[in-house]
Amino acid sequence: MDIVLSIIVGLLYTIALYQILQKGLVKVIIGIITLGHASNLFIFVIASLTRGAPALVPEGMEHVPEPYADPLPQALILTAIVIGFGIQAFGIVLLQRVYRVTGTSDIDELNATDMIENTD
Amino acid sequence: MSMSILLYPLITALLSAIISLFFWKNPRIQGLTFLFGSALYLASSTLLLLAALRDGFVVFQAGNWAAPFGITLIADVFSSGLVFVTGVLTFLASLYYEGSKLNSSVSSIFHPILHFLVFGLTGAFLAGDVFNLYVWFEVMLVSSFVLFTLGGARSQLEGSIKYVAINVVSSSLFLAGIGMLYGLTGTLNMADLAMKLPMVENQGMVTLASIFFLVSFGIKAAIFPVFFWLPASYHTPPIAISSLIVGLLTKVGIYTLIRFFTLIFTSDIEYIHVILSVLAGFTMVVGVLGAAAQIDFRKILSFHIVSQIGYMVMGLAIYTPLAIAGAIFFAIHNIFVKTNLFLISGLVKETHGTFALKKLGGVYHTFPLIALLFAISAFSLTGVPPLSGFWGKYLLALGGIKAGAYVIVAISLFVSLLTLFSMTKIWGEVFWKAKPEETLLKIETQSAFIRKKWLMLLPVVLLTLLIVLMGVYSEPFIDFSMRAAEQLLNKEAYINAVLNS
Repeated sequence: MDIVLSIIVGLLYTIALYQILQKGLVKVIIGIITLGHASNLFIFVIASLTRGAPALVPEGMEHVPEPYADPLPQALILTAIVIGFGIQAFGIVLLQRVYRVTGTSDIDELNATDMIENTD
Repeated sequence: MSMSILLYPLITALLSAIISLFFWKNPRIQGLTFLFGSALYLASSTLLLLAALRDGFVVFQAGNWAAPFGITLIADVFSSGLVFVTGVLTFLASLYYEGSKLNSSVSSIFHPILHFLVFGLTGAFLAGDVFNLYVWFEVMLVSSFVLFTLGGARSQLEGSIKYVAINVVSSSLFLAGIGMLYGLTGTLNMADLAMKLPMVENQGMVTLASIFFLVSFGIKAAIFPVFFWLPASYHTPPIAISSLIVGLLTKVGIYTLIRFFTLIFTSDIEYIHVILSVLAGFTMVVGVLGAAAQIDFRKILSFHIVSQIGYMVMGLAIYTPLAIAGAIFFAIHNIFVKTNLFLISGLVKETHGTFALKKLGGVYHTFPLIALLFAISAFSLTGVPPLSGFWGKYLLALGGIKAGAYVIVAISLFVSLLTLFSMTKIWGEVFWKAKPEETLLKIETQSAFIRKKWLMLLPVVLLTLLIVLMGVYSEPFIDFSMRAAEQLLNKEAYINAVLNS
């Protein structure tokens, strides 16, 4: 299972980087979303996987018997998903706004702020 | 349990943000809440600084959970100092903002969001837990996203697309680094990490994790080669909005870099610190050369932020108490001076209607007071004694020479000369040159402006006085930096304060 997930993480990072480096802003947003997924899955895998052993104390025992699945990484991922979702929503609205004001979603044409002559 | 003094700044910022949300339709009350909230924040951050100076550390364990299990908030001398600086700057920027009277649709959002930004900043300075730090970072970033786009001008949107995209990438790397640290040690508490990381068998993985953090914080601090987003976006929002962002946001990156590479990743100093000093050198040189080509008041200043970030990284790279004290002193000095220069560019725009060097001229005649304020700040930025920049650079250079890092010291001194060149360019074009004939811009005279908008001028005057004070009477500031640096390099004290409280 570790191997499969590791390969998926690698694939997700590849896709994300490829998309972020595209010119179209929609692709950049898709890349950003994929990058978030890649990082979340990365945390999930690297914090070591334990299957079928929830961290619940069985009746009559004081502690959870080892090995048990660590719940903390899942809590971290949950938080990261929520935050990521908010930022993606903002990104999409921003993209729509940029398209409306400038009439383009090509990153190469959105370079007015880098021009030296462009002052106000 | 009584409420920790550590929570006062956080709560004042959060409460004033929420209260001003209630007065959405009433700009007068909102403005008053805003000013009052900023003043209260300044007062509570002063209390925190005094407490940290007295006891060394102020620690708060959320929900009374013992250290590695709960969320820790901790203020040491360095972080409480930065919270205090945030307080001073927030208060002065609020005065400037209230004086500048932007239109009400902007200000009804601006007021609450600015305090949310300050809330996030404070949290990031005080976090004692790596994941908690990530959450504070996001609070801060989302607020800054909103501030960047506020008003919705074309240049703002273009700048913020880049800003948002690069920051999301940086956050993802941060998150991946957090995952690695947790996989290696099973903890995310900074003090606990500092204790457990040296015991990890696979030290190569630790260095790898540290690179994740270096790149992520490097993006946020705008160091070479990941600084391009800064000059593309920092100059776009109205000055009243950008002044606070300019001073503080990149410094959070520097703060976390210093915190992580003095507390957590200290096992492979040779390797990381060579990388850091090379990056510092390039950051200084590339930033200042970028500024030399620009012909817009704010863009020149934006590139200089990049250049000066290099000095702070240089202090960290040299890694002696003296050099780190220099970096801390320089960071505080830079926050004040940079914000002040941005505010001054705003005053020039307000009275002469433009930021373009080619269209400006003769400000020295029409508004000598601004010229004086600019001259003091510009000299301070360059490092002319006895102003504050001199002491920062002196400490850094002295630390570097004592540690034998001659090349980076030579680069830093050379960059100072180039900084002077940029400042003379602004001085010559904006203040001394005769006013260009063909421009038909409105020009307000000094006396009329002071009568109408004295509230905009007041924070600039106060900041300039602070810069002069920091230079002429620098001893307490240098003492403070030395103390903060020694505390940073004494990991055991930090670990003890968190885990045995």
